[in-house]
Amino acid sequence: MDKEQTLSIFKQKASLASAIVHEEGQIKEALNKAVALCLAKPFCENLMPKNNEPAEQKMIAAPNLNPQEYKILDDLCQQNDFLLINDDLRNHPGGLEMGITTINCGIAETGTLVLNSDSEETRLATMLCETHVAILKANDIYQTTQDAAQVLNDLLKQPSSYTAFITGASRTADIERVLTLGVHGPLELHIILIGE
Amino acid sequence: METTESFTQYKSRINESLGNEFLRTAMDNFAVAYRTARKKAFSDIDVDALIQEVAAIKSDAILNHELLLKQFISKAKENGIHIHPAKTAQDANRIIATIAEQTGSKKIIKSKSMTAEEIHLNRYLENKGLEVTETDLGEWIVQLRQEGPSHMVMPAIHLSRYQVADLFSKETRKDQSNEIEKLVKVARKQLREKFVKADMGITGANYALAQTGTIGIVSNEGNARLVTTWPRVHVALLGIDKILPSIIEALTINKVLPKNATGQAITSYVTWITGPSECKNMAIENKNVPTASIKKPGQKREMHIVLLDNGRKAIAEDPLFAQVLQCVRGGACANVCPVYRMVGGHSLGYVYIGAIGLITTYFFHGRENAANLVQNCTNCGACKAVCAGGINLPYLIKEIHSKILDETGHPLKSLLLGKVLKNRKLFHSLLRTASLAQKPVTGGTPYLRHLPMIFSKEHNFRTLPAITDTPFRDRFKKHYKPPANPKLKIAVFSGCVQDFVYPEQLEAAMALLKRADVGVAFPMDQSCCGLPAMMMGEKQAARDVALQNINAFKDLDVDYIVSLCASCASHLKNHLPDLVRDYAQNDQEIFSDKVIPFSRFVVDKIGVTFEENGQASGKTAFHSPCHLCRGLGVKKEPKILINASGHQYVKTDEEETCCGFGGSFSANFPTISNEILTRKLDDVENSGADLLVTECPGCVMQLRGGALKQNRNFKVKHISEIIQPTSKLS
Repeated sequence: MDKEQTLSIFKQKASLASAIVHEEGQIKEALNKAVALCLAKPFCENLMPKNNEPAEQKMIAAPNLNPQEYKILDDLCQQNDFLLINDDLRNHPGGLEMGITTINCGIAETGTLVLNSDSEETRLATMLCETHVAILKANDIYQTTQDAAQVLNDLLKQPSSYTAFITGASRTADIERVLTLGVHGPLELHIILIGE
Repeated sequence: METTESFTQYKSRINESLGNEFLRTAMDNFAVAYRTARKKAFSDIDVDALIQEVAAIKSDAILNHELLLKQFISKAKENGIHIHPAKTAQDANRIIATIAEQTGSKKIIKSKSMTAEEIHLNRYLENKGLEVTETDLGEWIVQLRQEGPSHMVMPAIHLSRYQVADLFSKETRKDQSNEIEKLVKVARKQLREKFVKADMGITGANYALAQTGTIGIVSNEGNARLVTTWPRVHVALLGIDKILPSIIEALTINKVLPKNATGQAITSYVTWITGPSECKNMAIENKNVPTASIKKPGQKREMHIVLLDNGRKAIAEDPLFAQVLQCVRGGACANVCPVYRMVGGHSLGYVYIGAIGLITTYFFHGRENAANLVQNCTNCGACKAVCAGGINLPYLIKEIHSKILDETGHPLKSLLLGKVLKNRKLFHSLLRTASLAQKPVTGGTPYLRHLPMIFSKEHNFRTLPAITDTPFRDRFKKHYKPPANPKLKIAVFSGCVQDFVYPEQLEAAMALLKRADVGVAFPMDQSCCGLPAMMMGEKQAARDVALQNINAFKDLDVDYIVSLCASCASHLKNHLPDLVRDYAQNDQEIFSDKVIPFSRFVVDKIGVTFEENGQASGKTAFHSPCHLCRGLGVKKEPKILINASGHQYVKTDEEETCCGFGGSFSANFPTISNEILTRKLDDVENSGADLLVTECPGCVMQLRGGALKQNRNFKVKHISEIIQPTSKLS
C-alpha cells in the first residue's frame, strides 16, 4: 500500500471516529489553523467555578511544541489576545479552550494518534481542553498498529512511559446508548496533517 | 451478607424484569443494533481467524502465566511500581485500604473495573470511611443508585434518560433536563471536582505486558486518563489473567475487543502505563498525609499494582475450565444472549454478566450465587459464536451446572429423568403409557387441550402436542420395504420427539428417501440422544445413553446416520467426543462422523431438485435451529430445499435467534421462554410469511405451539413436510 492510500485510509477512519481532519502545508500553517479554530470557538465552560476566576482571555496550552514552534504560536496568540501556557496546567482544572500537541505517529487502520504523554503537562493539555488540536506529519502514519509495533515498544520500554492512543474525541454512550462526545476529555478533536 | 436466593425468588425477580417495559425495549433495541454494528465493524476482516488468533494468544499466556507474571513483576518493580499479589478478594481489599491509609488518601476516584466489582471494593473502602467516586458515567449512575452494573461495558443500559435526570437532580439538588447531552455535561462538571480533590486513583487494566512491565487500559470517556494523572497515588487492580507477553499480543486482542464490545474500530483511548509517571500534585494541605508521600517538583506518582488471583490460578490449572480465562471482558456474550435480551443483566448475572457470568460466578462468588443462574441458558450457542476469546461458553455452562449438582445433590426430577433415560425400554414404555393416559386432555385432537394439574398456569403459553398412538419405530418395523438396489445406505437417528410425537415428519422424509433409492435402517435400540440429560446437568446419564446409541448403530453397514432433529445431530457430533472420550473413543468417532442433518444430506448427498408442483406456499420463513446454524454450521442447505420444493424463501431478521425452547429451559423458565418465542413469532409475522419452516422437532413444538396459542396467521412445519409427495426427484 502506498503513502497516498495509507493517508486516505487514515483520514477516512479518523473522520469515522469523530475527528475533524485538516491538511495544512507546514507547521506554521497548522498553527495558524489552530489559532483560527480557537478564534471561532466560544469560551470554554468553566467546570470549577469555585476555583477559577471567570476567564477574560481564551487559553491555549501547547506544552510539547519545540521552542521554534512555540515561538510561532506565541506570536499568533499575542496577535489574537489568547493566553498561551505550557506549564502548571494543574492550576486550570476548570478547563481551557484548546490544547495543541504534536503527535508521534498515526495509525491509519483506526485513525489513531499515538502521543508520548510522559509529561504531565502534555497529558493535561489533551484532557482539560475542550478542543484538542493534534498536529501530525503525514509521513509519520503507519498502516496498522503492527507496523508501528517497534515505535510503540520503544516508547513503552521507557521506565515511566505514559503512551496514549487517541482516536476521536472523548465519548460515551452510557445513557440509552446515545453517542455523546465530550465526557471527561475534549469535546472536539482536530487533526492537522502537515508535510515534512 | 445477603441470604441465598431460592429458585422461586429468582424466578419472581425475573418476572419483574420481564414486566419492566423500558428495560425490555432498551434490551431489544440494543440486541438489534449490536448485531448490525458488529457485522459492520468486522466487515473487512476474517473475524473467525482473528478470534482464533486471540484465543491462542490468551490460551498460551494462561498456560505460561507463572513465568510471564514473574517477568512482569520484576520489570514493573524495576520501573518503580509497588507490586502486591492478592490471593483472595479479601486480601486485595485489605491491600488497597492499607495503601490508602499509608498514603493518607481519603478521597478516591475510580475508573471502570469489573475486577473491582468482583471483589466489592467500593463497599469495603467505604466501610473504612473512605470516599469512593466512580467516574465512568455509567458506573457513576449505578453507584448513585446503589446498584451494580447491568452490563460489563454499558453499566447503566437498564436505565432511561428520565431516571438518570431524576437521579442527577437529586445529586445536584437542582432540576436537570432529561436531554442526554445535558446530562452528560452534568457528569462532566460534577466529576471534575472529584478528580481534582482526589488523593488516589484506582483503575483496572485490560492488559499487563510482561516484556516491558506495562499495563494497558481501554476506555472511551477519558476518565481513566484523569484517574491516572491527577491524584498522587495510582492503584491498578487486575486479575492475573490479564497477563500477556508483550504489546504485540495486546494489539492483536485490541483489534477484536472494541469491535466485539461496541462495534467501534477502536476505543477513543488506549492508555499504556509503564511506570509511575510525572506528578506535579504538591498541593497537599491535609495534615494526615505522611511527608514521604508529598511530591516535590519532578517527582513521580506513587504507583501500585494489585495482582488478583481469587481462584484464577486454580482455573488456569484445570484442563477443562482454563479457557474461561480467555475472556477479554467485551460483554459480547450478553449482547447476543436471547435470555439477556429479555431480562437484562441484573437477572442474568451476579457481578459478571451474560454467559461468562453464568460460569465465573461459580468460581468468584460461590456455588450459592451460581446455582440458579447457571440454569438460565437455552444452550443456543449464540455467545460461543461471538466470543472474542473463543470460549466454548454453552458447554462450560452445562459443566458448571453438572458440577453444582454433583456437589449439592441432584434434584429428584432430574435424577429420575437420568434414570429413565438410561433404561430405554422403561423410557419407551412410559411414553407409550403416557400416550394412553393423555386421552382425557387431548379430546381426540393431536394436542393437549389443557395442561395436567401438575403444571402451573405460566406453562400454558404454547399448545403442546399429544404423544402419538403409534411411534415411528412401530410404523417402520411394520411397513418398511428396502429398495432392491439402494444408491446409498443410511440409518435414521430419530430422537424421542420425532419418534413419539411427530412420526409424520419422519414418514415424510421416508417418502423422499424412497424416491431417491436410499436404503434405510432404523436400529430399535436407539434411544434419546442424551441432550436433555445434559441440559439438566445429568452428565452421567448423558454418557450412558450416548454409549447405548453408539452401540445401537455400531455394526450397521451404512454411509450416513441422518437425523431430522438438529439438536440430536449437534449433540451427537459435538458433545459426544468429550462425554465418552475415556470409554469408547474409536466407536464414537466412527459414529459421530457419520451423523448428518437432514437438509445437508438431501442437498449434498442425494442432490435433489424438485419439479414445480403448483402447491407451494407464498412467502416461507425459516427458523434456523441454534444447533443447526451454529452447532453444525448448516445455513444454506435448508434454504436451497425450501426454494427447490417450490416455496419462496424469505429472510427474517431473527432467523438465527433461538426460539426459546431449550428443552428443560422452557420448563424451568416458562415466562422467559414465552417472551423469546413471542419476539420470534412477531418477526415471522412481520415478514409476511404464511409458512414457517424449521429443522428440529423441538423448535416445531415450541413455534407451532406458540403460533396456535397466539392465533398467528402462518403455519409451522418441519422441512421434511414441505417436500410435497407429488414432487419428483430429478
